[in-house]
This record gives sequence, C-alpha cells and structure tokens, in this order.
Amino acid sequence: MSAWLAMATWSPYIAGAGIGVLIWTVFLLSDHPLGCSTGFSHTAGMIESVFSKKKTAAMPYYRKFVPAVDWHWMLVIGVIIGGFLSAYLSGSLSFVVVPPMFAAAFGPSVALRLAVALTGGILIGLGARWAGGCTSGHGISGTLQLALSSWVAAICFFIGGILVAGLLYGFKVI
Amino acid sequence: MTLEQIRSNNRVQLALGLLAGIAFGFLLQKGGVAAYNVVLGQLLLTDFTVVKVMLSAVLVGMIGIYALKAAGLVRLHTKPGSLGATVIGGLIFGAGFALLGYCPGTAAVATGTGAPDALVGMAGIVLGAGIFARLYPALDRTILNRGTFPEGTIPEILGIRPWIVVALVAIMIVGIFSALAAYGL
Repeated sequence: MSAWLAMATWSPYIAGAGIGVLIWTVFLLSDHPLGCSTGFSHTAGMIESVFSKKKTAAMPYYRKFVPAVDWHWMLVIGVIIGGFLSAYLSGSLSFVVVPPMFAAAFGPSVALRLAVALTGGILIGLGARWAGGCTSGHGISGTLQLALSSWVAAICFFIGGILVAGLLYGFKVI
Repeated sequence: MTLEQIRSNNRVQLALGLLAGIAFGFLLQKGGVAAYNVVLGQLLLTDFTVVKVMLSAVLVGMIGIYALKAAGLVRLHTKPGSLGATVIGGLIFGAGFALLGYCPGTAAVATGTGAPDALVGMAGIVLGAGIFARLYPALDRTILNRGTFPEGTIPEILGIRPWIVVALVAIMIVGIFSALAAYGL
C-alpha cells in the first residue's frame, strides 16, 4: 500500500478510473457534479465583497452563484492539499518557475513565464465561466452524464488548446 | 444519517468537499496530468496522458452514474448550452489552457507540488472569473443565449434509451484506447 502511494505516477487509466469512482460518490453524497471553476468564481466574489459588500451581493452573476465557503470552495483547497500529499509521498515536490519545455522554446525568463501564465489564467477563468464549466465540470462530470453542452464544451476546449499550442510551439503532427 | 441528511448538512458538505478535493488532487497528480509538459504534449498531440485520464474517468463514471440513476440513488445535473456560451467560452478556455499549461483543477494540484507559475495561473483564473461576473449582464443580453442547444442529455434529445448511448460511448472510448496503444502512444 505505502509503496503504491510512494510511486511517482500511476497508470493514467487507473488514475482516471479512480476519478470516475470519486464522481459516483460526489453525486451520491452531495447531489451535484464535481467541478473546479465554481470555487474560483466564489473567491473572485469574496474578494469583490471585501471592497463593496452590497454591490457584489447585488451583481446578477453572484446572485446565481453565491460566493461562499461551500463544497465547491473547499474542493479547490482539497485539490491543492491532495496534489501536495501525492507529490510529497513520492518525493517529487519541486520548485520550478519556468517549465523546461517553455524555457527551451522561449528562454529562461521568469517574468515572461509568469506573464504568460497570468494571461492564460485570466482566459481560463473567463472562458470556464462563459462556457459554464471547465475540464472537470464539463470535460469529465458533464460528458459522463452524456450532456450535449458538455461534449461540445470539451471539444471546444481541445480545439482552442490545440490551435494555440500549435501557434506557440509549431504544429508537431499536422 | 440518511442520504438526505448528509446532502443538506452544511458542515458535512464542507468536509466532503475538502475530502473530494484531496482525492481528486491526489489522483490528478498520480495520473501525471498536473505537469506543464504533459498538458502541452497533449495539445501538441504528442502525449495522450490527459485524454487517457479523462476518458477513463468518463468510462467508469458514466457506467456508475447511469447505474446509480437506474437504482434511483442519484439525479443527473446537466448544464444548458448554446453556441454563444459553450462554443465561444470553450474556445477562450482552450486558448488559456495552452498558455497556462494547466486547467483550474490541475493548476491547484501543481500549486500544491510547488509550481509558482501555477499559483500565478490560479490568481489569473480568479481574475478571469471576476471579469466574467462583471461582464455577465451585458453578455447575457447579447451573446450567451445565441443558438441555444436542446436541453438535457444526448439520449434524451435523440429520444433513445440511455443504455444504448452509454454502450456506444463505452465502445468509442475503448476503441480510442486501442488505437492509442496500436500507435504506441
């Protein structure tokens, strides 16, 4: 058991199957899908309400998705802890600001990598809420329910991603 | 505690959210998908780890959720969609996915494993979600409801038995796995 927990990686099929079983328990015990982007929206709303509580509470989007420390917010905290635990147990914690692949193509500049990461993050947050979910809420939880919107979303995530990755690194296959 | 009591107890739900997150983060990290080069490798179509993890989760999750639904234990929670919301939002998300090299879940995992670019990415996601909340009234009036999709699941829309679609999707996923193995990916 402990040897298994200390492995750096598992078969992606096993890890994926585990996520499938996790989603059964979430539907059963919490009666909603597993999605990460709602927690990020809550954080945005809670930060806004520090500056203006009344205005934020009156914003139509935050009336739909009320910012709060709830299941979805705790999920994201848990994901950070889970990622830490997994890497800690396998001795693969590492502090790397510029991923080697990025550095090889665009140079070792920390400022450039963080600027690109920030820009990417903004587009992800915007796009995830625009589409109504992210890789977990639409890409896994939604597609496995056979929701039409989620299959379309997942396909568009990859189309957008493949196009921009190709522009950045050159299309490798096509 | 009955299922209804568990579902409606706020403190229990906070604990369950945390536990689900720990399990999800652990599995994503072990699956190897919380790494920049793995995500970019997927988007460049040279490394299919992300697709393997996602489709395995869909295969196992789909069969279980439809079985639990047949047993009357769970309800489905599908989201509405439209060309203006799902397609445009999805493409924006995809562009960000390629720039950051993590999605919201894997950015949180990578932050936990010590990647500062993922932490900056998480701050960006919060900012982007906040920008969307600001823009929402205007977008809702103009673009989000353009070309709305029929509501519900694919079998509901087609008017066929869900198990037929479950079986077809399962065959498709297994077919994709076999093709990846055949090409040595």
